[in-house]
Amino acid sequence: MWRAGFGPAAVQLRQLKDIEPLDLFRALQKASSKKPRFISAADSYLKGLTKGIQEEGVKRKNLDQADRKRMQQQSRQAIRSLNLMWLNEMVSAEGQLREKMAFFWHGHFASRNLNVFYQQQLLDIIRSNALGNFRDLLHEVSKSAAILNFLNANQNRKDHPNENFAREVMELFTLGRGNYTEQDVKEAARAFTGWGANLQGDFVFRKFLHDFGIKTVLKKTGNLTGEEVLDHLVDQKETARFITQKIYRFFVNDIPDPAHIAWLSDRFYQSNYEISSLMQDIFTSDWFYEEKNIGVRIKSPIELLVGIQRMLPMEFQQEEVLLIMQRLLGQVLFSPPNVAGWPGGRSWIDSSSLMMRLRLPQLFTDNDELNMSPKSDDDQAMGMTEKYAKQKNIRGAQLIVTDIDWKDYMKNFDGIPREALVKSLVNSLLQVKPHFSEQTIKTYSDSDSREGFIQTATIQIMSTPEYQMC
Amino acid sequence: MGSLATASFFVPKFLKAFETGQVVPPGNKVAVILQLSGGNDGLNTVIPVRNDIYYRSRPKLGIEKSKAINITDETGLHPQLTAFADAYHDGSLAILNSVGYPNPDRSHFRSMDIWHSASDSNEYLTTGWLGRYLDAQCNGCGQPTQALELDDILSLALKGEQTKGLAFKDPKRLYGTSNERFFRAVAQDHKDHHDEQPVDYLYKTMAETLSSADYIFKQSRLHPTKTEYPDTELGKNLRTIASLIFSDINTKVYYVSLGSFDTHINQQMQQERLFREMNDAIAAFVKDLKSNNRFDDVLFFTFSEFGRRVSQNASGGTDHGTANNMFFLGGGLKEKGILNALPDLSDLDDGDLKHKIDFKNVYATILNKWLGADDQKILNRKYDQLSFL
Repeated sequence: MWRAGFGPAAVQLRQLKDIEPLDLFRALQKASSKKPRFISAADSYLKGLTKGIQEEGVKRKNLDQADRKRMQQQSRQAIRSLNLMWLNEMVSAEGQLREKMAFFWHGHFASRNLNVFYQQQLLDIIRSNALGNFRDLLHEVSKSAAILNFLNANQNRKDHPNENFAREVMELFTLGRGNYTEQDVKEAARAFTGWGANLQGDFVFRKFLHDFGIKTVLKKTGNLTGEEVLDHLVDQKETARFITQKIYRFFVNDIPDPAHIAWLSDRFYQSNYEISSLMQDIFTSDWFYEEKNIGVRIKSPIELLVGIQRMLPMEFQQEEVLLIMQRLLGQVLFSPPNVAGWPGGRSWIDSSSLMMRLRLPQLFTDNDELNMSPKSDDDQAMGMTEKYAKQKNIRGAQLIVTDIDWKDYMKNFDGIPREALVKSLVNSLLQVKPHFSEQTIKTYSDSDSREGFIQTATIQIMSTPEYQMC
Repeated sequence: MGSLATASFFVPKFLKAFETGQVVPPGNKVAVILQLSGGNDGLNTVIPVRNDIYYRSRPKLGIEKSKAINITDETGLHPQLTAFADAYHDGSLAILNSVGYPNPDRSHFRSMDIWHSASDSNEYLTTGWLGRYLDAQCNGCGQPTQALELDDILSLALKGEQTKGLAFKDPKRLYGTSNERFFRAVAQDHKDHHDEQPVDYLYKTMAETLSSADYIFKQSRLHPTKTEYPDTELGKNLRTIASLIFSDINTKVYYVSLGSFDTHINQQMQQERLFREMNDAIAAFVKDLKSNNRFDDVLFFTFSEFGRRVSQNASGGTDHGTANNMFFLGGGLKEKGILNALPDLSDLDDGDLKHKIDFKNVYATILNKWLGADDQKILNRKYDQLSFL
């Protein structure tokens, strides 16, 4: 469950014991095949405001400063809501595989954008196509306002090309570095001239800015359009290999196995880039279940946060605390560090982030207080003080008030004798054999009652390095 | 020797210094970096007080010659920066103008990323320049305390491939958590395992963090400074740094931030407030270093992810710009004063300053000449070094 989703839910623990991995994967595949619900965080007020601006058209420059500022503020607030809404979806969705895959694409097609309409549109594209066809996904993403704006496509004009979009499409979205030349980037940029998006996020092709001349991209010559270039990129086997390798590193092991990659990417290419088939190949391979591939990845902060909440359903008095956690741990949804996404692996871990991770379960159970504050984010704050970071008084130490629903979780351990409890908890919570001793857990858990013991021991096991692995 | 008389553990260093005839013991140099987050307005920091274009572009925001602290005929400092003016006059300040990089990015995050990782603007590195310094210097060194950041979160600048700096705000509560004894027990349990599992990296980081916490705390108590610092965040941080500099800790780089300088509106008030905090903290820090005879060992410098546009905007502020100036302060400067020409306001790039010096040249200079490191290896390229160090 950790590897195809965000970890098991409390109610699933018992069922999982009797299910074969392959059957589990099929069930997840089935649950993930439905089209996801559109997540919308923009309220009608913001919609009206944006529509008003759109209708003003050429008068946009004269737009009331106050209105503009209000819109930006509302949009930033809406992006924070969007973050929490998707996070909740990851916690509760049956289609765990789809959300996990969408989370992968969220880092692959990374964009930072302050317009909530763009962000929720891109999110919908990657969730709807998460397990679909990569070619379709690439086309839709490349025409999304979020990506076009983030990569300066609007500035890419016939007589004044901006190569940013073309470069990143090749380097990060398809071929990977080393599989194209600077000349290919220049020529491809010409094919994408005139691509852009309006304020509401619709793709627009501005003919008068497009370069209709002959271009040559990766040995293909002609009056190429942007769409043709995208197709041509997907036709390159290097793209299949690049995408496969990245997915393998995300789902299997940071250290890619060349033989597995070659086999997978050939089949991915032959299937005409059906993502679902690729995932099936991965999850039904024997090597996927070999010990050397289990519990070897460091959970990303989002995986960690979501995973704890799936196991221990909880309600927060202030949900925004989850945003602060994301910042403290180094991964905020909709705020990748740059277009290359989150580097992952060991880069998640430094002394502060590791100690924060180890303290997280304690914070959720009110045994520890949050006495750390995230760095300011000037792109978000736009010169204003960050109200939500300061007003909520996280500068000083404060308890994070949560209400954990232990009921379902506790049921899993009914009938297990006291002396076997730690072992059983460890088996349920960890993917790897622990290095710490059972005695250490016992010493630092509350042994007054059986219930208290299970709960405190669970929190302690979640506070170990082993729990960081999946 | 003044207050040093009590600091018994400095004596060997001083004896060594007397032996070689030097006041400052060699090989003991540290760098203190102050990041001005948000994009500090360089033109209202180092003010071209005789430039008409400056005053024409900033009818409201321009700082009059009569209000600036004039350090040369054509250069003034922001009125708050008295300690910097004093340092200028006593030969311990250098100002480098027009520092930036080609194809500047105007996003705070991205531009900061570029400064932290020392990358080109179309290149994405996942390690920082000081982190790579640690990788190069710290191969197998016991304590990851060679670079310390005074913050809750570690900046990219201090993250290397193998070695990372350490972030903390207060040595007293460095990772002090109610569960600390449990963490120590878990770390202890791991000691017998040497099977090279991926989880070992986390155990290694955990053990180093816990032992560094002890080490830093103990060091910070060895020589608590007697100098009075302002009761501000930066004041506290510089006091912590000073007390560590006076200790026997192996730290070479200290990193601290101040902000936000993102002055789109009401720039005057905001910059003034932040500069007051910076100036008063620096004044105390300089005094402290001097009275403990460590001023010559310390290079303090500032940077910001970008400067601001030359013209003011309509809301009493300025928008994101490009090149900016840097302050270097310390007793060990080889060149002092204003190192290069003030920005040429008649030669702009669409309303923005053109950079004349790549910040990577500055890094190369500091790495090589101050920290004695292999700048070429750390920056992945050879950059010409400047002569102020």
